Amino acid sequence: MTTGAFRVAGWHLALYRRLWRMNLLSSFVQPLMYLLGLGVGVGALVDRNSASGATLGGASYVAFVAPGLLITAAMALGAIESMWSVMGGLKWQRGYHGIAATPLEARDIVLGHGVWIAVRCGLSATAVAAALAYFPDTRSWGLLPAVPVAMLVGLSFAMPIMAFSINTETDGAFAAIQRFVIIPLFLFGGAFYPLSQLPVGVQWIAKAAPLWHGVIVARGFTTHSAGALWAVGHLAYVVAFAFAGTTLAVRNLRRKLYS
Amino acid sequence: MTESLIVARQLVKRFGEFTAVDGIDVEVQRGEAFGFLGPNGAGKSSTMRMIGCVSPVTSGSLRLFGLDPATHGAQIRRRLGVVPQLDTLDTELTVQENLWLYGRYFDLSRSEAKRRAKELLEFAQLADRADSIVDHLSGGMKRRLSIARSLINEPEMLLLDEPTTGLDPQARHVLWDRLYRLKQQGVTLVLTTHYMDEAEQLCDRLVVMDQGKIVAEGSPRELIDRYSTREVLELRFTAGTNEALAPQVQGIGERQELLPDRVLVYADDGEAALAATHARGLQPESALVRRSSLEDVFLLLTGRTLAD
Repeated sequence: MTTGAFRVAGWHLALYRRLWRMNLLSSFVQPLMYLLGLGVGVGALVDRNSASGATLGGASYVAFVAPGLLITAAMALGAIESMWSVMGGLKWQRGYHGIAATPLEARDIVLGHGVWIAVRCGLSATAVAAALAYFPDTRSWGLLPAVPVAMLVGLSFAMPIMAFSINTETDGAFAAIQRFVIIPLFLFGGAFYPLSQLPVGVQWIAKAAPLWHGVIVARGFTTHSAGALWAVGHLAYVVAFAFAGTTLAVRNLRRKLYS
Repeated sequence: MTESLIVARQLVKRFGEFTAVDGIDVEVQRGEAFGFLGPNGAGKSSTMRMIGCVSPVTSGSLRLFGLDPATHGAQIRRRLGVVPQLDTLDTELTVQENLWLYGRYFDLSRSEAKRRAKELLEFAQLADRADSIVDHLSGGMKRRLSIARSLINEPEMLLLDEPTTGLDPQARHVLWDRLYRLKQQGVTLVLTTHYMDEAEQLCDRLVVMDQGKIVAEGSPRELIDRYSTREVLELRFTAGTNEALAPQVQGIGERQELLPDRVLVYADDGEAALAATHARGLQPESALVRRSSLEDVFLLLTGRTLAD
């Protein structure tokens, strides 16, 4: 990590201070609304069904779904943060070009944005975790390690999408990513029910994305069922996405800025 | 003793098949105000991007402060100020936030960045707008902020790519005045422009570029003396008759040029040329005698006006 990356993260912080009120809703209030709606409404139905206890690993539905919401919120935030703001940096306000004229390099811009996204995901996950700790059903020490898991999942989506956003010419593709990647993973990625409920083919698609790996690790932490080696294995898969995305994003941005 | 801050030899920039810069030689000394003059697409901006170390050299050699941009890009950029053709300001932040943040990219401490920002706001005549959101500034103010921001690292050389394009005349004069002050402070200025008046006002020395090549080099005065006559007579005939009447001024002055909207007669004595025109029985709708300008040099060298 370079000091330049932290300077760039400082830039994102300065920009964010202008709009944090708007973002608060999507990164904090929204997951809580899902939690209340699903936990109270759907949870009451699910928990009444005697067979579901075994499927959910003995947890109440709200305890099952809470870590899923924590992680999917990070995924959604990481994805959004690496779309329009990247295009703004290159095409609209062109801040990336301004930075390229200083001693900083493409690597600093990408890493700095990554640092900032990790911070955002961490803050939002902390806020959600704090709210979860308030309810007896979802209160768990496992919420603490779930926060860094959320940060990694956020990055595992943000960095590959950033690599894509750097190269894309119009912002039309961003809505498509939301519709065909983020929302399907939100619904079919193992956050709301175990993947075993899905056809095997769909399970494999869900398992190929980093979301599910983050969800089951976070859930393993909050329900105290995670083995250390098992967790490291799944997180390594998540980290690999973040790392590959970062490498690709640096390469793409270098080509774009220094042509 | 002079010190060359820019030394380019046979510098070439290609984008695929297209050659934007086609083997130019340039040398800029410390303290000079140097201009690249040429129409759009002449290769000025590509040259500036190579000098700014954000565009790799295709072939030939380029040295800035004696360093190779391919290997010392970051070190060179640390000593440069860059005012790009399109502003790269953070439009949703305040004027002073823009300066502070940019200073941080050059490793200035927070307090030093704030100290310099305060000075630069005075210099750019934006002190009373320090807390304004950039989006609310006029075009001229944004340009001045861009220049102020490019000075935050106290650069030895300032690169300005078409600094006054799109500004109204008053805003341009304010900007020129600020640039002139910088030059007096010893900052080396390198700028591109397609405005003659700008080049004449600001540049000690300039090169005229056309289609990626340098077609002339010298001070504005030298170029005019070398390539043009002292005065120019501009004749406008009734619309549509310029072409038919142009042959009739042949032989008057040293040289004649037919443009879509007027006929130019190059002569050391413009009034005498006008008298000669009238003596031939020609009745132009309007006639104007003016001093030769860089525009005329450009027209002679490239066969085109700069607006093309």
